[in-house]
Amino acid sequence: MDKRILTGAEIIWECIAKEGVDVVFGYPGGAILPAYDALEKYRDKIHHVLVRHEQGATHMADGYSRASGKVGVAMATSGPGATNMITGMATAMMDSVPMVCITGQVPSSVIGSDAFQEIDITGAAIPVTKHNYLVMDINELADTIKEAFHVARSGRPGPVLVDIPKDIQNQSIEFNYPKSLIDMPGEVKPPGATEEHLKTFARMIEEAERPFILAGHGIIMSEATQTVIELSEQVNIPIGTTLLGIGGVPASHPLVFGMMGMHGETWVNQAIQEADLLIACGMRFDDRVTGKLENYSPNSKKIHVEIDPAEINKNINVDLPIHGDLKTVLTQVLPLVKKQDNRPWLQKIDGWRSDSKGKDIIHQNTDALMAAQVIRKIWEGTKGDALIVTDVGQHQMLEAQYYEHEDPRTLLTSGGLGTMGFSLPAGIGASFYEKDREIWIIVGDGSFQMTMTELGTAVQENCNINIAIINNGYLGMVRQWQEMFYNARYSETPILSPDYVKLAGAYGLEAYKVEELKDVIPTMRKAQKQQGPSLIEFIVEKHDVVYPMVPTGADLHQMIERPLKESNGELTQEKKESIK
Amino acid sequence: MKQTLIALVEDKPGVLNRIASLFRRRNFNIDSLVVGKSEKKGISRMTIVANEVDRRKRGNIYFNLLNLVNVVAVKDVSELACVTREFIFIKVHAGPERLNELNLLVKKFGARIVDMGLETVIIETADEKEVIDELVEALQPFNITEIMRTGKISMRRGRTHKVLSEKINATAEEVNWQPEQIHTYHN
Repeated sequence: MDKRILTGAEIIWECIAKEGVDVVFGYPGGAILPAYDALEKYRDKIHHVLVRHEQGATHMADGYSRASGKVGVAMATSGPGATNMITGMATAMMDSVPMVCITGQVPSSVIGSDAFQEIDITGAAIPVTKHNYLVMDINELADTIKEAFHVARSGRPGPVLVDIPKDIQNQSIEFNYPKSLIDMPGEVKPPGATEEHLKTFARMIEEAERPFILAGHGIIMSEATQTVIELSEQVNIPIGTTLLGIGGVPASHPLVFGMMGMHGETWVNQAIQEADLLIACGMRFDDRVTGKLENYSPNSKKIHVEIDPAEINKNINVDLPIHGDLKTVLTQVLPLVKKQDNRPWLQKIDGWRSDSKGKDIIHQNTDALMAAQVIRKIWEGTKGDALIVTDVGQHQMLEAQYYEHEDPRTLLTSGGLGTMGFSLPAGIGASFYEKDREIWIIVGDGSFQMTMTELGTAVQENCNINIAIINNGYLGMVRQWQEMFYNARYSETPILSPDYVKLAGAYGLEAYKVEELKDVIPTMRKAQKQQGPSLIEFIVEKHDVVYPMVPTGADLHQMIERPLKESNGELTQEKKESIK
Repeated sequence: MKQTLIALVEDKPGVLNRIASLFRRRNFNIDSLVVGKSEKKGISRMTIVANEVDRRKRGNIYFNLLNLVNVVAVKDVSELACVTREFIFIKVHAGPERLNELNLLVKKFGARIVDMGLETVIIETADEKEVIDELVEALQPFNITEIMRTGKISMRRGRTHKVLSEKINATAEEVNWQPEQIHTYHN
């Protein structure tokens, strides 16, 4: 092959293309100018999406990654460009999303002098990245980018930042993309299950009468859907999912019982509390799924299969910890597991389910449009087959409860960090991968206003996304906590919205406003026909509360359920007492 | 008993920052951290002493350290046979009239006088923590004006497994990864 002398700036794009990335979300600026100048030569390989704020770039890369399973790439300049990425990196870090962020840095000769737009981003990003690099030698640039992609996607995935000073981008060198990784002596290779582990695993299942599978994000990351279902079917083990586990197992499967945790299904939480065996698959016993730790599933033995050893025995002591890839471990254990019936246990959970169903809001007649009803209608109107991106808050929990997902990677949501403003940019990012699947962004009025600046990006790129704003005029989830735990003092939660239809109009979009249940589906049909972005604002009941709920500090099964006769969503006195 | 960890880390900028940040972020209490070159170029060896008694939390510290990309290997040596030392400089204000007395004391502890001024004396010793604590206590009557003390360094007794001798990738054998470590920390 011919010798190719390339600049650092060109090497950045070469490496990105070599890693199979065809879209980059970013924003130019002083210290990254050489890279943007070189981009012209790579237009045929890489599509660049100009965002409106660097936080948007990171959420877009994140959304692209969650939808595709590939590494998302975001790019920004030094200083404020880089610091604006921190929230997006933290979001990806908490939810184990593989992502590479490339930032320009001031020239290496002036690093440390408080030069214009200088910030020690590798220092600042330590807690929010899996790893990060400052490239001080052009000879190390290609190797570093290769390693960054590897670190991002291997083991427990996460965001990786590569900071590249401007002078390094301008220098030239002979380019050779390393075929294999250079030494990474610090890489942790999961040992997987030993024979002893597998035997114990099978024996614990055999001895259990009330087993339960906790299905986490790891199922999606490890592509273990089929394996988990096989295990579940073979022994009739019911499955509950975490928020990020939604879609990892098909909601319509008779052994899949729904979401666990703070706003999970009562019957799932009840089952976890009464189980005598928990099989935790790629999840991390977050405080939002355990309730009070001391009384969490007190009578169960626990098996934990997890790729990150630091998550094992972190919050919950387990009896059989297995550090390994979920799919590999479950595939190994399957032949050892004997068929079992477990019917009485399944019937018991079913019994709890029918008890609670009657209290559900979508089965009640209401005067106002309820957010839950809108989300249920979106489910109907998309035949449950859309890619849904949610933001954070009440609508997020309602989506988890009322939109049933059949496939992995069809619900993108910020679980760990709970980043308001995530959905619009993440949905835009996802649209660059999911070209055939319908995309719906479900977002509250508070969340939307955090990053609605990215409407500009959606219009410029003509992204095929549908935005459903669930507008209740409040920061709803905060308002809910104020109602329940702060004597209904609504401190700074009522929030003004612009006229979203006009706002969309300013961007040249046709948008719609819906106030009645009967209009939901017909308006959706209009939006679905629209090429490019569309926006619907749903005006919903202001004072609704997400039920059921495990109050902080309570045991997982001590859930507050929706009172049966309740007109305006205010808690009855009796309910208030029960919370205390 | 405190938790003592020996870690092999890549000698790269920011590594100390990453480790310090990890302890802060995870709310682990760190007692001391000593780092220096190892027998292998590009690799440093650290002794970290953490103030955690809970085994589960100890395991969490171990695995979080191991997860750092620049950390090549970690070994929890808290319960293993090790030689351990701390080093100390102690400056006392003592005139020539107390020198004999001071000399006797210093000898008794196996310490040395390394500098003698008109009014000041600097004493050094390398020993186990408890002995150093005693020495400091014994020197109290001599008007201690400065103490400079390192953290603990540890080395396991016995044969060195071929950890770094050939290739740094061959670390898995001893100091690095052992799958049963999760069980080790499990109650």
